[in-house]
Amino acid sequence: MSAPNKDFDPVEVTPLRADELERVRDEAVAAVAAASTLAELKQVRIEHAGDRSPIALANREIGALPPQARKDAGQRIGQARGAINQALAARTAELEQLEEQRRLVEETVDVTLPTDRDPVGARHPITTIQETVADIFVAMGWEVAEGPEVEAEWLNFDALNLGPDHPARTMQDTFWVTPASAARVLRTHTSPVQARTMLTREPPIYVVVPGRVYRTDEADATHMPVFHQVEGLAIDKGLSMAHLKGTLDHFARAVYGTEMTTRFRPSYFPFTEPSAEVDLLCYVCHNDPAEVASCGTCRGEGWVEWGGCGVVNPRVLVACGVDPEVYSGFAFGMGLDRTITSRYDIADLRDLWDGDIRFTEPFGVGL
Amino acid sequence: MRVPLEWLRSLVSLPDVSTEEIAERLTMFDLKLEEIVGGGITGPLTVGRVLEVRPEEQKNGKVINWCRVDVGALNEPSVPDAPGDDVPSRGIICGAHNFKPGDLVVVSLPGTFLPELGFEIGSRKTYGHVSDGMICSTKELGLPDDATTADGILVLEPGSAQPGDSATSLLGLDDQTLDLEVNPDRAYALSLRGVARDAALAFGVPFQDPADAVAVPTGSGGYPVRVEDPLGCPVFTTLVVTGVDPTRTTPSWMARRITQAGMRSISLSVDISNYVMLELGQPNHCYDRDKVAGDLVVRRAEAGESLTTLDDVKRTLTPEDLVIVDDNGIIGLAGVMGGASTELDDSSRNVVVEAAFWDPATIFRGERRHKLPSEAAKRYERGVDPELTLRGAARVAQLLVELGGGTLEPGHTTIGQAPARAAVTFPVDLPARISGLAISPEDAQLTFERNGCAVSREGDTFSVTPPSWRFDLNDPYDFVEEALRSAGYENVPSVLPTPTGGRGLSRSQVLRRRVGHVLAGTGLVEVTTLPFVGPADFDRLGLADEDPRRTQVLLENPLSSEEPGLTTTLLTGVLKAASLNVGRGHEDVAVDEIGRVFLPRPGAPDAPLYGVDRRPTPEELAVLDASLPEQPFHVAFALVGQRVRRGWSGPGRAADWADAIDVVRRLGEALHVELVVEQAQRAPFHPGRCAAFRLDGSVVGYAGELHPSVASAYGLPERAVAGEVDLDALIAASPEIGPRPEFSALPVAKEDLAFLVDADVTAESLRSALVSAHPLVESVRLFDVYTGDPVPEGQKSLAFALRLRAPDHTLTDTEITEARAALVSAAEQLGGVLR
Ligand SMILES: [Zn+2]
Repeated sequence: MSAPNKDFDPVEVTPLRADELERVRDEAVAAVAAASTLAELKQVRIEHAGDRSPIALANREIGALPPQARKDAGQRIGQARGAINQALAARTAELEQLEEQRRLVEETVDVTLPTDRDPVGARHPITTIQETVADIFVAMGWEVAEGPEVEAEWLNFDALNLGPDHPARTMQDTFWVTPASAARVLRTHTSPVQARTMLTREPPIYVVVPGRVYRTDEADATHMPVFHQVEGLAIDKGLSMAHLKGTLDHFARAVYGTEMTTRFRPSYFPFTEPSAEVDLLCYVCHNDPAEVASCGTCRGEGWVEWGGCGVVNPRVLVACGVDPEVYSGFAFGMGLDRTITSRYDIADLRDLWDGDIRFTEPFGVGL
Repeated sequence: MRVPLEWLRSLVSLPDVSTEEIAERLTMFDLKLEEIVGGGITGPLTVGRVLEVRPEEQKNGKVINWCRVDVGALNEPSVPDAPGDDVPSRGIICGAHNFKPGDLVVVSLPGTFLPELGFEIGSRKTYGHVSDGMICSTKELGLPDDATTADGILVLEPGSAQPGDSATSLLGLDDQTLDLEVNPDRAYALSLRGVARDAALAFGVPFQDPADAVAVPTGSGGYPVRVEDPLGCPVFTTLVVTGVDPTRTTPSWMARRITQAGMRSISLSVDISNYVMLELGQPNHCYDRDKVAGDLVVRRAEAGESLTTLDDVKRTLTPEDLVIVDDNGIIGLAGVMGGASTELDDSSRNVVVEAAFWDPATIFRGERRHKLPSEAAKRYERGVDPELTLRGAARVAQLLVELGGGTLEPGHTTIGQAPARAAVTFPVDLPARISGLAISPEDAQLTFERNGCAVSREGDTFSVTPPSWRFDLNDPYDFVEEALRSAGYENVPSVLPTPTGGRGLSRSQVLRRRVGHVLAGTGLVEVTTLPFVGPADFDRLGLADEDPRRTQVLLENPLSSEEPGLTTTLLTGVLKAASLNVGRGHEDVAVDEIGRVFLPRPGAPDAPLYGVDRRPTPEELAVLDASLPEQPFHVAFALVGQRVRRGWSGPGRAADWADAIDVVRRLGEALHVELVVEQAQRAPFHPGRCAAFRLDGSVVGYAGELHPSVASAYGLPERAVAGEVDLDALIAASPEIGPRPEFSALPVAKEDLAFLVDADVTAESLRSALVSAHPLVESVRLFDVYTGDPVPEGQKSLAFALRLRAPDHTLTDTEITEARAALVSAAEQLGGVLR
């Protein structure tokens, strides 16, 4: 450091000259701009703003100035230093952003790599269709009833107007539980749940009953000893076949779309009178004259069988404690397994039961 | 029921509409069309006389016949390359050998379409000749197989036609037959009489009952009869026809109708018997009077008695069987089948005609007991018109006289009489109210009357007496169906009922769905399996002999003796499913099943068979329920192979016992129930890698690694894991309202503490000791288990991450120190030493 300069001559103190400071500042700003990496910029900072930088050295010369000149010189240095720091800060931000961009580019992955490290589960379509049907009816204000699969003979047959010698008992090949004298069966339909509902609740009753049922059919492509049904039962004042038709039409439209209609054909079931078969408009050809003849789904009929239904036989009402003078009702039932196989074009019913995960997986958690 | 259209039209004058339209109307009248049979043959199907047959042996050793056939006006002037004389004929190649020159056969000349073959016959070169058509078999013509023609060509009766005649009309092949499905309640429609009545109703045309046209003998006569069981046999009629010429044959019109109706033409007397059954619906039986000794007696069989039926089978009878007996013993099983000893034969001239009304239930049981379905039993078990016995027998006799040359002996024997039908009363608006269709009382009355009912109306009440042949008209609603049938099922309007509002799904239904979704979200694929299992399944699971799961609900009639009952555990199903998938090449399989298991209830009462005239009392219903096995819903699952799949990001992770336990833990969490995990030993699991889950003190399930021998028995890789839980128990314990969220925004203090404990101290016991060690402990999580140097032999190090927090203030150092001391001291209670 120089000795105090009593005889002030700023020109003699070169580093503090205005033009010299401008040059130092410009050099520093240029160096900052020229730095292309944060490492280079760090070096520039040391060289142009560090302890041994020209600006720092110039600052030390202030003491050599006469007091009256120090303020001006200080201001000049401050301005130059400010400009340099500003340039450094701006360039730092710029370079940081560039470096981040570069790093992110380097981190690019192949997003088409398989990501299925965790297995994906699925629910069986028979489960899902039972829930779908239940939801349609729950939305109408119905409830879902359930009952045991090993059932009392009385509930499976007698209470439903299928007496011991009723010819219809031969139509249903029944699994009998040992010993046969104990009068227990694997339920042949979900109808005993209807009886149970009437026996334990007071009308009005609106219940839908999905569930497993059993018949002594050997398993083959189109038969299984176990299958699934959904039945419905409504008991109220003033119900008629027309309400049955309305309910089935609504059900059909909810499942198959708003264009769907149903058709009644006379039939016979012991637990209903009058009884009807209900057909669905063929959901493939829609009974379109141009297509129906060659339609494989309905075999040219224009309609496909859907289920059985009718007005609840008053004998059933009596056995289940409902007064037929006050109440009437209707019931219907249809198979669910065939709904799945026909809608998804599944040729072999056994596929539903084998447990091959490739059968269930495509259904995911909803139909 | 096969209804020949020509026969039907002879009984009722139907409008001139297509067969399809008749079938459609009858279908909508509860006589559902199964199919239209016949009528599809077009083109020159012709009667031919075989002139020459020249057998020619082929290279393969097979002999074919090069034939010349005279087809009358359709002959070609000459047949080049034909055997024998060059006279007008056709040359045809035929592979069958059951005909000879001079025989009359049926020839499908080029241009004939046979539906059985599905194509049009052409002239074609075969076996070195031009075959100008085909000589037809019964099968190719769509005729029922007959013992005499089953092996080849249909050879016509000599003299029954001339060459060149149309075989289509000769054989009635242009006739169409409606195959109708007759529901069990419409027994009357198992006859032309019944179908014709319904057809008349369906088309609104008049109907003349053919039974009314039968002349009925009066006065006593017939053949003597004693009925010892009038309940089983309410009406029994006999007539006698003598002098029947046994050489007479069935006229072709009758044979054709019988054949078209699906039965076989056999002999004149048998055909007449069947014809009357088909025509009027009255089954009947003809005995050779010269073989019957003494009175005909109707009684129940005695134990040990037997009968050789017409099908040559000796049948042992029971006291429930209703039989017909003469002085020599049993000669018939009532309503089901006759006996061989008194049947008509080639020389029978004198005939006893029997027509009866049998109790339907007796016939139904007998037919089932002897596994002897017959056309007669089919009608009797559903109900034959009880007023018809005399007319039915008289119609048989009439035909035996007209066609067989016999003489009807005067009088008849008829024991008993048809039960009277009670009138049914109901409001006149019932048909409209129940059908939802505007059926006026006047229309309803007309319908009832046209069905044969006697109707009277008083004010707003009908009193309707059904006709004798309608077994299905007993209750008011039965008449609603009748009225609706005429008004048209297709006209029922569509009206959506409006329930007053339900309560939605039940809680257990909601929770079962939740469990299904949680399992799928855990990567499990749901399966549904058959519940039939047997001892071999339990062996595969490694169940001990005394394991209660071996006690099944057994079936009287299982489909397979290997699987005699229902399953007690869903593991049988999921392990089979896992096995199937592994067998089909899947390495990684995760399957689950939600379903019922069937657990016998020791000492359960028999299920009572109550009457149906009233609701059983609550106590009676409780007995029904108590008689049934327990059938709770369970969940079972199996995990095989990798739980996290191997791939570009790493080697994956095999499913292990902890995954099995974790599946159950997730279920517990989903249902907000607290499952306590305990070490357990239970088949089918690895004895050291099985957890029991305790809920409110009771064990509700198990999970873990499968015992290696079980895995191997199912063809699964070692280390496969599985589990099963009583879902009903979990759902029952699931609280209506789940846990309240409790958390604090104040700062947390974290402490990691590791303890040395003896190897047999479980992680859970130490964890729960720490959780309850101090009120400030918010959570405790095990993050490391370590054995080996420097941990002494027989000990392990368990390291826990603890979070301490107060709900209302920031913890002070003093509080943290105190809590830490309490934790250490709690561990010490279990012999733990802070590391
Ligand atoms: Zn179609």
